Amino acid sequence: MTKLHIIAFDGTAYDIDAENGSTVMENAIRNSVPGIEAECGGACACATCHVYVDDAWTGVVGEPESMEEDMLDFAFDVRPNSRLSCQIKVRDELDGLIVRVPEHQG
Amino acid sequence: MPDVTKTPDVTKTDVLIVGAGPVGLFAVFELGLLDLKCHLVDILDRPGGQCAELYPEKPIYDIPGWPLITAQGLVGRLMEQIEPFQPQFTFNRMISALEKREDGSFRATTDEGEVFEAKAVVIAAGGGSFQPKRPPIPGIEAYEGKSVFYAVRRMEDFRGEDLLIVGGGDSALDWTLNLQPVARSVALVHRRAEFRASPDSVNKMFGLHEEEKLRFQIGQVTALAGESGVLRSATVKGPHGEVDIPCTRLLPFFGLTMKLGPIAQWGLNLHENLIPVDTEKFQSSEPGIFAIGDINTYPGKLKLILSGFHEAALMAQAAKHYISPAERIVFQYTTSSTSLQKKLGVA
Ligand SMILES: Cc1cc2nc3c(=O)[nH]c(=O)nc-3n(C[C@H](O)[C@H](O)[C@H](O)COP(=O)(O)OP(=O)(O)OC[C@H]3O[C@@H](n4cnc5c(N)ncnc54)[C@H](O)[C@@H]3O)c2cc1C
Ligand code: FES
Repeated sequence: MTKLHIIAFDGTAYDIDAENGSTVMENAIRNSVPGIEAECGGACACATCHVYVDDAWTGVVGEPESMEEDMLDFAFDVRPNSRLSCQIKVRDELDGLIVRVPEHQG
Repeated sequence: MPDVTKTPDVTKTDVLIVGAGPVGLFAVFELGLLDLKCHLVDILDRPGGQCAELYPEKPIYDIPGWPLITAQGLVGRLMEQIEPFQPQFTFNRMISALEKREDGSFRATTDEGEVFEAKAVVIAAGGGSFQPKRPPIPGIEAYEGKSVFYAVRRMEDFRGEDLLIVGGGDSALDWTLNLQPVARSVALVHRRAEFRASPDSVNKMFGLHEEEKLRFQIGQVTALAGESGVLRSATVKGPHGEVDIPCTRLLPFFGLTMKLGPIAQWGLNLHENLIPVDTEKFQSSEPGIFAIGDINTYPGKLKLILSGFHEAALMAQAAKHYISPAERIVFQYTTSSTSLQKKLGVA
């Protein structure tokens, strides 16, 4: 099990035991984290699962691929540490990962 | 003011289908086998609903008989399959009003005032109509319809204005290029220097930027300034801080999202934005109005394309009965019935 810390916009932290291979979005939805909508169910087709990766983790998590980067155009208040959480797969190295939910998904 | 002297064009059809997603398309087939002609209306500019708009290139693995088919591929096949029934389409229109008439038929009106008369109505509206995403810029609502527009219906409306266009896809780039000669000034704002739009449009845009015929600014709009709906300027946060761009019109292009829309006002029973139906007829609370595909709900409902296809087949029987109660429907196979094969144009 890999620990994820998803912090909602109001500051509430959701500490989640996640299975490797699942996505950060799936874990957020399963635990009803407010602000993650995931309208398209993880197909990288809606940009309503936008999160900010904690600065300490951006290197480990890595950069979005070009399809995700294109999809981020549909998100709001996009920052250099923005990712779509359905495109982040949980793996051992992400144990302790911190991501934050933006104010709006649009 | 609507022109009351002009009687609107009325299109008559057997069955009006609201929504041309995969399920609405397949309904044409099932209704066609029962000799019912269909007219489909969709707010999108092409058939396919979610398949065409959200994931055209993605593979679907659970369409019976197709181990793998892309979403757009499925739409193409459906269009081919229903072709013999010559369905009529009206795109770029939303059905905004629906009323039942005394004789049990229906009258529907689009957002542009076109009128349809039908003997039965099938709501195949999926997750609702696709509508432009509203960027969460504080106070943007107050400018909508006056200074902020999500689509261009008439280019003339933008003549002589200072435009700010936001986005990096084809809509944003095409309108930047098309409106540039008409507007007084054009600024394009996008969050990065890479675009999803066709490279040709992007090159043209950068060309005009270099000739100083438009301004391209990297960044995101964070605030609007103006009074009573009249826009004066927008604040754009970029990599090097904030700039104010004077503008009188803002056109944000952030793609589409599904909203239930006007269906909520048609007097039908709804449950959490879905239309409850029975599983024999797939009929709504109003006899003669049926609901199939993602828009309906019943115990055990799965939002799958294949479920929608099944619903279409059963609904067609019920719709036929609603329209011609005296006619006996004979159950037949397309494999062996010459009468069905004639309708399909293969016998
Ligand atoms: C990324 C993704 C992957 C998916 N993968 C699968 C899969 O593998 N297998 C599967 O079975 N399903 C899958 N689905 C679900 C599938 O796409 C839907 O079940 C299907 O599209 C529903 O079809 P529909 O015809 O009911 O509605 P939709 O496809 O939603 O089409 C409804 C149409 O109605 C229009 N409309 C609504 N209201 C109005 C109005 N008032 N006036 C005019 N037009 C209106 C809308 O604009 C829309 O075009 C997936 C969905 C997504 C988003
Ligand atoms: S869930 Fe739609 S893009 Fe991530």
